[in-house]
Amino acid sequence: MKAKHQRLILALAALVALVGAGLLAASALKDEAAYFYAPHDVKTKGVEPGKAIRLGGMVVKNSLKRAADGVTIRFDVTDGKATVPATFSGIAPDLFKEGSGVVAEGSFDAKGSFVATNLLAKHDERYMPRELEGMSYNESTHEMKAER
Amino acid sequence: MATQRFVGFSIGKMPYWRCLARPAKDAALMHRFANPARFLKIARPLTGWLFWPGLLLLLAGCACGLFLTPADYLQGQTVRILYIHVPAAWLGMGGWSGIAIAALMQLVWKHPLAAVAGRAIAAPGALFTAICLMTGSIWGRPTWGTWWEWDGRMTSMLVLFFLYLGYIALGNASARQAQQGGVSNVTAIFGLVGAINIPIINRSVVWWNSLHQGPSITLRGSSIDGSLLWPLGLTLLGFTLLFGGLVLMRMRAILAQNKVEARMQRLARG
Repeated sequence: MKAKHQRLILALAALVALVGAGLLAASALKDEAAYFYAPHDVKTKGVEPGKAIRLGGMVVKNSLKRAADGVTIRFDVTDGKATVPATFSGIAPDLFKEGSGVVAEGSFDAKGSFVATNLLAKHDERYMPRELEGMSYNESTHEMKAER
Repeated sequence: MATQRFVGFSIGKMPYWRCLARPAKDAALMHRFANPARFLKIARPLTGWLFWPGLLLLLAGCACGLFLTPADYLQGQTVRILYIHVPAAWLGMGGWSGIAIAALMQLVWKHPLAAVAGRAIAAPGALFTAICLMTGSIWGRPTWGTWWEWDGRMTSMLVLFFLYLGYIALGNASARQAQQGGVSNVTAIFGLVGAINIPIINRSVVWWNSLHQGPSITLRGSSIDGSLLWPLGLTLLGFTLLFGGLVLMRMRAILAQNKVEARMQRLARG
């Protein structure tokens, strides 16, 4: 075997070991590296009240209510499997709206309602002109269809 | 030179495909440009042919992206930063992929220009990674409501930037021992190890839930509407050509520096 081939095999073996180590680390990090808890995670794992976490999901349509003081809002956050109520007092980002993504920073109170101290809007991977808004979108085929 | 006997394809005695099947023939293609003089002969005109059309395409793409495309339904005008942000991210990651390939060529085949290429890619790669981080931050403030969050995508991209800085520092510190002014073998190994971050960046929005949205352009198609997508093709190609031009410029500068140093050493010896 030539020295060149020896080096090639050594380098490839090192690469395979590296990729393996990377994948192992990534899978071990799976939960730790998550940026937020989804409502389903909260329901299954349980998050103790008062612990500072981020809660992420979609704002349920028609759930957004403004309190009488004008700065407090109430809304429900869902991930399709579970839904939790949340409140926030302050200025929400422009992209925060019903049916859109949200990441809320804060903690749960004793009654299981999430009290947010900060709101971040999370948008999805779709970009389109205003004329196409309201068309239905197939996530697996990326096709747009006019809604009847 | 051992490969010289295949020049001219002696088809009379041996079918030419047998020549192609010879390992020596395959290796010849790669080693043809091991000679800096032969490389420079092609690199010199190619630099301009990459740089200027690249600049033209990217300016045209930016103009089209600013004036000809409609605003996004959700983000409005803010979406236009996409035409800079996406190519910058692509080249920041592509640059390190180039460093990894060059490192493999350097370590396995001891290709002298691979070490020079690795060193040449580092600075433009770091620059484009920084552009990606900055434009992302500027984009994040009006859309997400934050300049910076420690989510998987942003953190792994910041790690890539630090990897570039480490590679540049290590390459510069050990350049004297290395041949041709390229990076040392230790730096090449660092380049190879750091490549593990590239698939992590790519998968960060799939493996972990994150503030950054999922991939828009996948093998199955694009979730960016065609009317917003086409200038991205122009700027992607433009930035990529420009990047190639910058890398060739840096490689030529490193090779020229070698000549200067060799001459100075000769003079010093008297």
